[in-house]
Amino acid sequence: MTKIPIWRRYARMFGPDAKADVREELRFHLDAKTEELMAQGWRREAARDEAERQFGDLRAVEKIGAAIGGRMEQRKRLADHWTDAMEDLRYTLRTLGRDPGFTVISIVILALAIGANVAVFSVVNTLLLRPLPFPNADRLVWITPPKSGCGLSCSTYTADAFEDLRAGVRAYDDLTGYMAFSTPNNERLTGHGEPVPATGIEVISNFFSVLGVTPQMGRVFRPDEMKGPHAETVLTDAYWRRQFNADPAIVGKAIELNGTPMTVIGVLPASFDFGAIFAPGERVDLFTICDLDAERNWGDIVTLIGRMKPGVTLAQTADDTARVAPTLYFNKKYADTLGRFKGEMVPQDLKGYVTGKLRRSLIALWSAVGAILLIAGVNLSNLLLARAASRTKEFALRGALGASRGRIVRQLLLESLVLSSGGALLGLGLALGLIVWLRSQGAIALPLLNSLRIDGQALGWTVLIAFITAMLFGLLPGVRMASGNLQEALKDSSAGSGQSRKHERVRAVLVVTEIALACMLLVSAALLLRSFMKVLDVDLGFEASRAASIAVDYDGDAPTAEAYVAKMSPVYQQVLGRVGAIPGVEVAGISDYLPLGPNRSWGTPLPEGKQKSYAPGEVPSPLVYVVTPGFMRAMGIRMEGRDFTWADRVGSQDVVMINRSEARLFWPGESGVGKTLVDGDGRLLVIGVVDDVHEESTEAGTGAQIYYSALQRRASSMQLVVRTQMKPSALAGSVLQTLRDINPKQPAAEFKPVQGIVDRANSPRRFFLLLVGVFAGLGLLLAALGIYGVISYSVTQKTQEIGVKMALGASTGRVQMEVLRQTLWLAVAGVVIGSVASVLATRLIASMLFGTSAQDPMAYLGMAVAIAIVALVSGYLPARRASRMDPMVALRGN
Amino acid sequence: MEKARLDLLRGTLDVLILKAVVWGPLHGYAITSLIRRQSDEALLLEEGTLYPALWRLEEKQWLEAEWGLSENNRKAKFYRLTAEGRKQLLHETKIWEAYVVAVAKVLSATRPPVAEEAV
Repeated sequence: MTKIPIWRRYARMFGPDAKADVREELRFHLDAKTEELMAQGWRREAARDEAERQFGDLRAVEKIGAAIGGRMEQRKRLADHWTDAMEDLRYTLRTLGRDPGFTVISIVILALAIGANVAVFSVVNTLLLRPLPFPNADRLVWITPPKSGCGLSCSTYTADAFEDLRAGVRAYDDLTGYMAFSTPNNERLTGHGEPVPATGIEVISNFFSVLGVTPQMGRVFRPDEMKGPHAETVLTDAYWRRQFNADPAIVGKAIELNGTPMTVIGVLPASFDFGAIFAPGERVDLFTICDLDAERNWGDIVTLIGRMKPGVTLAQTADDTARVAPTLYFNKKYADTLGRFKGEMVPQDLKGYVTGKLRRSLIALWSAVGAILLIAGVNLSNLLLARAASRTKEFALRGALGASRGRIVRQLLLESLVLSSGGALLGLGLALGLIVWLRSQGAIALPLLNSLRIDGQALGWTVLIAFITAMLFGLLPGVRMASGNLQEALKDSSAGSGQSRKHERVRAVLVVTEIALACMLLVSAALLLRSFMKVLDVDLGFEASRAASIAVDYDGDAPTAEAYVAKMSPVYQQVLGRVGAIPGVEVAGISDYLPLGPNRSWGTPLPEGKQKSYAPGEVPSPLVYVVTPGFMRAMGIRMEGRDFTWADRVGSQDVVMINRSEARLFWPGESGVGKTLVDGDGRLLVIGVVDDVHEESTEAGTGAQIYYSALQRRASSMQLVVRTQMKPSALAGSVLQTLRDINPKQPAAEFKPVQGIVDRANSPRRFFLLLVGVFAGLGLLLAALGIYGVISYSVTQKTQEIGVKMALGASTGRVQMEVLRQTLWLAVAGVVIGSVASVLATRLIASMLFGTSAQDPMAYLGMAVAIAIVALVSGYLPARRASRMDPMVALRGN
Repeated sequence: MEKARLDLLRGTLDVLILKAVVWGPLHGYAITSLIRRQSDEALLLEEGTLYPALWRLEEKQWLEAEWGLSENNRKAKFYRLTAEGRKQLLHETKIWEAYVVAVAKVLSATRPPVAEEAV
């Protein structure tokens, strides 16, 4: 083979052409064949025909050749690109490695911003975007009255209503529900030494099948087990692991709950967390069947959850439900209770019910981290610009050596891409840490926190924001650099030349943007902080400090309410007597429900003689608490009139206490004490009026409340509240010991400070405040970095100018003042723009504010002061450097 | 002996091509005539299958192609064996030899094998 001489290589001047190559190769073959045949004596035309005939289907072979050739060409091109990219990447890593300070700072800044974004995205994704962890969760609805102002009691219905609704509706596949009035540690696991408290939820037996939860072991309750007693229980995964050491043979075993044997029929999957969805911040251990027959006369007790038929819309379901609701009885025993649920049943999307309230908070949070990302990006731009300025010559040289403008921009983009990739990796680690921490915060009353995770979507989000950040903020310095004037740059560019002035202006604009963004974050955080303080200041109606509660357990099973009360009365007296005698205990009392927890209502007592003056439904049912003497003082609820006494027992006059709201409703302008209420056939003497107690949340208003004597009404549980003179924790041991002395079956329940209940109620607000606060701090820090960078750079640029001034007699102070003035200008501009932006931005969080105006001047003032301080500090360092300069060195330098 | 035109056994074309270029780069036409001559005119390659086979080997990087000038000074595509191609040739030659020996043993047998199952 002879090499083709250079002059004959014109054919592929315009790039490779696989098709032409194939044609040429085959033509050569045919020519050679033809010549050979001619040498054997064939005529030219005949030889050509014969050669083609021998070859076969020329066209088909050509096609194959073109395809293979094209493939190889593409692969080669790809390999070339790859080599190019690797070369650029190596160059980038080398240049970044030469400037470790810059590299580390950029990556850390980006990591903080990206980490915060990914973590918040995961939260938003879990709570807002992802469906609930059930199959076809979009078909699940929660049924509530249109407006709910009266606590959990309002979104619950009676057993009769549930059954008839289930039978009557057509839009649903099925309806289910659970017993809403369970309290933590309402069960005790007995039979293995010390009784252990456990939290059980009674569910209607089709609960798991309607939700679509399949057990990891055994089975769940069957839909036909709704009525009658069933001694069966289903354990949660966590409880099975914790209490039964993940016993693989647990199914079929009997455990003892409150002394009754129950068969474990199944274990739920780890993915099902009842508390995370229906009772945020609560832990649930096991489930039992809600016996509809037994609880038929208990009033509104079950929540309603429905699964819509496929293809049925929410509106159709709502119509269907509204059609059936008026035909329902509150209790079929009483004909006049027909129609009580008319207009009281509106299905809403279950997901919306679970997380709807958080929607705005989450969007606000998302915006906050978005602002952080912007600040970080602007900071990166700023750093890149500063760096680019000092690399002008490098780029000019590369340009002069033939690197295209595109190649240089690509190089700069690659640099910011490498930085943001590093930031994304580190940020992902940070986010992971944050997520793991959040997931373990069981005490935060936010739904679904347990299912937080960094999933594929979060990873995708990370890649996306890292890429966008790199492109957006790498492009600006890239374009600015590439458009620079080569000749000018190649000349020894002196400080203060036009180019660097222009740079400085761009950088100043960037810093002002940064400050403005930080302002918005600071104002938001300040407003939330003020709101939180206000919430802490709310008069809850009780005195949380120095009070603690413990769930007392006593087997008071009795056929009737009277028998129950008769059996329990001496127990109450004994418990309170003994606990009250413990040194350090001021007073003790018992209630069946505590504030800020679950609640219930029954009946609507009306003032005697005025029953007729209220239309049905006009007076809300008050929330009911059944309490013992001493409870009001133990809880620190202020009271007018007298407390219950041990003499207020069955057989004597029925007595109640009502709260101020109820008293004001019935007897405006008068004291309610001494008045009489009528409920059905019973007359209730109001012996006391107490302060309104926040029953649902620390923020919402309060409704009507009524307190019955535990010696006259059946209490549904026993929550002992103790007011102490010392720290409650110091008494935990002796209180539990006393309870054990009285009742050896008393489980080792937790002696919880009442403050803890309040803290839990405030936890979502604290959570958001904490996050927004941290983000604002981060924003401020980044802004400070930005200010420092710009001022420091401009001081360096003006070294000569400053040197001249000092040589001409300018004092140190004057030089410092000048630099600081420049800093303050940036800060003022940022604060002004930021304030305007904040007025708009805070609309987003207006609904999250409590007792605080979105234009709260204190918040704005605080923000301005914070920015001013940060600006002064970050400006002072370069200012001091400037004033310490030796004029001679400065003049000679550069 | 009558000259038999032997059809190529499936899969042997590749190894023949690799072998053909073992002494130096050749163009497609030269490969056909080399195989024809080496096999004493017994193996006649179908030209329509030769080129796709060549390109596939090039794609597998067992052959390297380069444009050069033929004996009569015309532009032709020459194929050269790569190091990897050489390895492949060695490997396939061994397989082929083992195959031939095995087939020959069977075909040249004059008695049935000592039946193991008869023992």
